Amino acid sequence: MACRFLSFALFFIFLLNQNVFAQTPAQTDVQALRAEIDALKADYDKRIQALEEKISVLQGGAPPAPELQPQVPQAQVPQGQVPQTQLPLQVPAASTGLQGSQISNAKVFNPDIAVIGDFIGASGSNEVEPSPAMEMHESEAAFQAIIDPYARADFFFSFGEEGVGLEEGYITFPAIPGGLLFRAGKMRAAFGKVNTLHNHVLPWIDRPIVTRNLVAGEDGIDDAGFSLAKLIPNPWFFLEGTAQVYRGDSTDLFHSSKRGELSYVGHLRGYQDITDNTNIDLGISYAQGHNPAGIAEGQLGQFSTRLYGTDATLRWKPLSRAIYHSFVGRSEVIWSRRQQPGGLQSGKGFYVSGDYQFARRWFAGGRYDWSNLATDTSLHDSGQSLVLTYWPSEFSQIRGQYRRTKYAVGLTANELLWQFQFSIGAHGAHPF
Amino acid sequence: MNSKFFFIALLACLIAASPLAAQGKLDVVTTTEDLAAIAREVGGDRVTVDSIARGYQDPHFVEAKPSFILKLQKADLLILVGRDLEIGWLPPLIQQSRNRKVQVGADGYIDASLKAQILEVPTGQITRAEGDVHPLGNPHYWLDPENGKIIAGEIFDALARSRPNDRAYFEQRLNDFNNRVNEAEKRWIAMMAPYKGMKVVTYHRSFPNFAERFGLNIVGYVEPKPGIPPTPQHTLDLINQMKKDNVKIVLVEPYFDLKTPNSIGRETGAEVLVMPPSVGGVKEITDYFKLFDYDINLLINAIKKTGVK
Repeated sequence: MACRFLSFALFFIFLLNQNVFAQTPAQTDVQALRAEIDALKADYDKRIQALEEKISVLQGGAPPAPELQPQVPQAQVPQGQVPQTQLPLQVPAASTGLQGSQISNAKVFNPDIAVIGDFIGASGSNEVEPSPAMEMHESEAAFQAIIDPYARADFFFSFGEEGVGLEEGYITFPAIPGGLLFRAGKMRAAFGKVNTLHNHVLPWIDRPIVTRNLVAGEDGIDDAGFSLAKLIPNPWFFLEGTAQVYRGDSTDLFHSSKRGELSYVGHLRGYQDITDNTNIDLGISYAQGHNPAGIAEGQLGQFSTRLYGTDATLRWKPLSRAIYHSFVGRSEVIWSRRQQPGGLQSGKGFYVSGDYQFARRWFAGGRYDWSNLATDTSLHDSGQSLVLTYWPSEFSQIRGQYRRTKYAVGLTANELLWQFQFSIGAHGAHPF
Repeated sequence: MNSKFFFIALLACLIAASPLAAQGKLDVVTTTEDLAAIAREVGGDRVTVDSIARGYQDPHFVEAKPSFILKLQKADLLILVGRDLEIGWLPPLIQQSRNRKVQVGADGYIDASLKAQILEVPTGQITRAEGDVHPLGNPHYWLDPENGKIIAGEIFDALARSRPNDRAYFEQRLNDFNNRVNEAEKRWIAMMAPYKGMKVVTYHRSFPNFAERFGLNIVGYVEPKPGIPPTPQHTLDLINQMKKDNVKIVLVEPYFDLKTPNSIGRETGAEVLVMPPSVGGVKEITDYFKLFDYDINLLINAIKKTGVK
């Protein structure tokens, strides 16, 4: 490699010499020309030496001599020719190294990339919401990086068996004036707890019935918009307020038929450490937007839905045994006020769940669900689940869930769901 | 209309809420109690220092609690161990802190590992088949007093940059700290000298710097791979190896379960020591010097008990 490089450099020198000769005017004094050639020769000797030292360094040899600059007496070299003779010599040597470092440095700036696979299956009977016996449900591909000193970007693509979707993609300005955290893009709305969570961080295989019935199903309130969050100073506890405005499209919950039909979400979160091991997290939420009711009647855009929610999470994790034992109890209650051609539908729903980690790799939990249907609040679904989770490592988990669902239509489903979840790459940590 | 009014009102409330009053002393937040202890040595009474993780908890698995966001929100400096030790919990805290001083790359973001001697930097291809490896090397480097001085130097640079008027004060305290470390290190090395080359087993790879500085020979780990819980086969292999090599010391960090180490101890006759790798690991370890005093005394007493030379 070094020999080739050296030959290449010498070949350039030869060409340059030709060039110098070619450009030398015929009337130039022979003696001046000779002096010039001698000067160039001395210059080239030094440059070749410098190149050899550089090659040596590149190969792990001795460091270069400190003096690399040519010491050609200025008087002996016509000023106009110096750049022409220097450039071809320096550029190949410099650019070779530069390109190499550019390539390696470029990798440093690649975003953190992770893929999380979610293979789920079901057995038993469910005539109302039948799911496949096995499916590669939604694999999440995450790309996350700091953009510049002012912002970072997060992209989460979901790859299902039926296609690819942008689950979230947003820019975050973490420290803008006023102590605000500003986010713009497509994101899961700050409505309650479960709506903000990606599938792979849920403590269950499915989502609670109340989020499926009242908060836009599995995708939840996930829309394009802006979010502004601020810590509200007080001497007692952590208090954060979040205000968000969205385009107004979230599955069948919100539907925007024109630009002005935006949806709005507000969230207030309070958090307090009770002890080093125990803490409580409380929130209230509000969401409003136009719903798709009235399409058949030609009244699209005339009806809206309002959601109100409260959430509570109690966590216990003994710090000195944090990897072995923990408990999380959580609940959300959501009220829905949906306008539709038949009149206002006022309903509610909730879930209560508890998850206990009884060994380093084992978790057991249960969940109770109850929820009205959004479009007919005289009806409700309810359900119970038992969950057992095993973590081979923090990068994979195997989960089983027994789920009994009593549907409003009078049918009851008894199912055993199972899940293999696995993560590769560097996935950024999730907020608490 | 109502919703727009609601949104604008909420926005106005958020913007109107005023930030907390400015702090008098330089507010330093560290990720671990070891860094906090060294920051107190250098910063003296011109700084307030608070640590996120407790010394008795596993620093790999700290929860990113919102209460830590409040600490970071008002911090002038954030000092972290680095080498990806806090990768699982620190980034969301920084991002939500709303504090531009401690964002990655800002003047107040101090990675204490940059000049320290880092061991076990992986070479070649790294995969998670090797467990939860740290691609940037072993992050438990503070357990070498020489690195303690390097960390103190990094902290001094940061403090002096933030408070140039207090530079002489910090410099005097840095020099004093370094002198005391030098003296203590001679004493610690002398105490450990009779046991140079002593074979030990540790639970996790928390002690390579400590072992190198004080002449311990780590011959095995209770974890089959970093971050992977002990398996019966690995435990059996380890017991056989310990019997063969006459290993009589097992070091366990305070946050690991003692069931497997104790059974290894019973099978091999080894002493199982709960050896804190951090300040605050037990109540008595209240500063950086007491960490080494405690650990070295614990080790020597146990070695004497086993009678192994």
